[in-house]
Amino acid sequence: MATLVAPAEARTDSAPLTSVKMSIRGLDFYYGKFHALKNINLDIAERHVTAFIGPSGCGKSTLLRTLNRMYSLYPGQRATGQIMFNNENLLDATVDLNMLRAKVGMVFQKPTPFPMSIYENIAFGIRLYENLPQRQLDERVELALAKAAIFDEVKDKLKQSGMALSGGQQQRLCIARAIAVQPEVLLLDEPTSALDPISTAKVEELLSDLKRDYTIAIVTHNMQQAARVSDLTAYMYLGDLIEFGATDQIFLRPMRKETEDYITGRFG
Amino acid sequence: MSHRYSRRLFVNRFNLVMSLVTMAFGLAFLAWILWTLFQAGFHALSVDLFTKMTPPPGSNGGLLNAIAGSLLMAAMGTVIGTPIGILAGIYLAEYGRRGWLAPVTRFINDILLSAPSIVIGLFIYEVYVFRAGHFSAWAGSLALALIVIPVVIRTTENMLKLVPDSLREAAAALGTPQWKMILMVTLRAVKAGIVTGVLLAVARISGETAPLLFTALNNQFWTSNLDSPMANLPVVIFQFAMSPYNDWQQLAWAGALLITLAVLILNVLARTVFRQPITR
Repeated sequence: MATLVAPAEARTDSAPLTSVKMSIRGLDFYYGKFHALKNINLDIAERHVTAFIGPSGCGKSTLLRTLNRMYSLYPGQRATGQIMFNNENLLDATVDLNMLRAKVGMVFQKPTPFPMSIYENIAFGIRLYENLPQRQLDERVELALAKAAIFDEVKDKLKQSGMALSGGQQQRLCIARAIAVQPEVLLLDEPTSALDPISTAKVEELLSDLKRDYTIAIVTHNMQQAARVSDLTAYMYLGDLIEFGATDQIFLRPMRKETEDYITGRFG
Repeated sequence: MSHRYSRRLFVNRFNLVMSLVTMAFGLAFLAWILWTLFQAGFHALSVDLFTKMTPPPGSNGGLLNAIAGSLLMAAMGTVIGTPIGILAGIYLAEYGRRGWLAPVTRFINDILLSAPSIVIGLFIYEVYVFRAGHFSAWAGSLALALIVIPVVIRTTENMLKLVPDSLREAAAALGTPQWKMILMVTLRAVKAGIVTGVLLAVARISGETAPLLFTALNNQFWTSNLDSPMANLPVVIFQFAMSPYNDWQQLAWAGALLITLAVLILNVLARTVFRQPITR
């Protein structure tokens, strides 16, 4: 496996190099003619939290959406380059998108509960891949809700609509739904930007638990959040990856002037 | 207070008054129609309406065969038209995002939606009634289905387009195949809206006269044979209202009231019982 692509100095003890889960090489992305990502090279470390920060329009969400090929839903959006995942370039036209997305789950900015009960919201994803007897299905649903730290709040109302929950609960329901299908990687696109501080704290706590089992990539506008939850941080600007390294190093001793300016609030 | 501000105030009041007046003008006619209808129609309501067949002039009778025929053909038209309309609406909203087929279909559907219903009646007359050699309830149902289809297509597409793409992305992010996403997620999210659209289509065809005039025509007697001409309220009203006989005219009033009440109830149902907030 390749080593993390980061300035050599950036590797500190706080970010022990583990195996690489996804390896991005020479990635370019286009919205029609607009060149949104420019030659991105970066490794996503297994069972770590990698945060993407940068001002609006820098391409951090776009990068996240290449990792599960979400952009393929839309005509006119295309990516070139290589993203190696389980010994396969996931940008290849031959990749089965549904199987890819089963392994690379995603949680969005706005909570997106399906118009069905809390139980069905979770069972929906499981049923796509497994045909379980009712009791086992119940267990899996319960386990996913417990892992997303929402089971205690909803255990008495599993039959109620998922859309009746509060925003913070809905978002944890969506996290539960994503992990219920047992993905290897979890992508989070500004998962707390629509949530109040208490719900945000709950989701952040959850991330540190989840990284024991999952590889996590998170896009966030909130730099404190990146500092709190991530092990590695990538700073992006106008489609370029400016700096990538251990979170402590990026926030305490950034190598690049641009990174420092952004982090200290002088810009962005 | 500046001159400018008082002028603005005046313009604001003037516009408010004008829009109230125009609204009152429109509503007054509607109220007038309903008032006349209720006055003349209630007078003519009786048990006989629902138990006896349409009579020859000068004898006692009701509208039983016409009511049954209307219900049957409206039901058939809805049953034939709804699945086609919903499936086409799904295609336009969910699958037809690339290419030229969807925009062309949408354009043609818009034309069909605003086509005069008499043209639809004549079309079925030409392709079905003329070849079969006789009027029939089948032809009537087909004509009504042709009116249902564009209405249901339009509402289904519009409703599905209200579903935010974030919900589709959320389903795709789990690796959901598209058909399952549509069936389990997006259609479910707008179930109430689509039911409303179907109800409004039913309301629309309940009062259509022209498409039935050239297709089902009329029948003075009871029939359950779909291959024969069949009585229906709009054509009976048309025929009886134009007649010189007082008892026929009374029945026409009663029939008009029945249709209006049915359409009113359907509209109220569509707007209250089935109205639910759309998913964000």
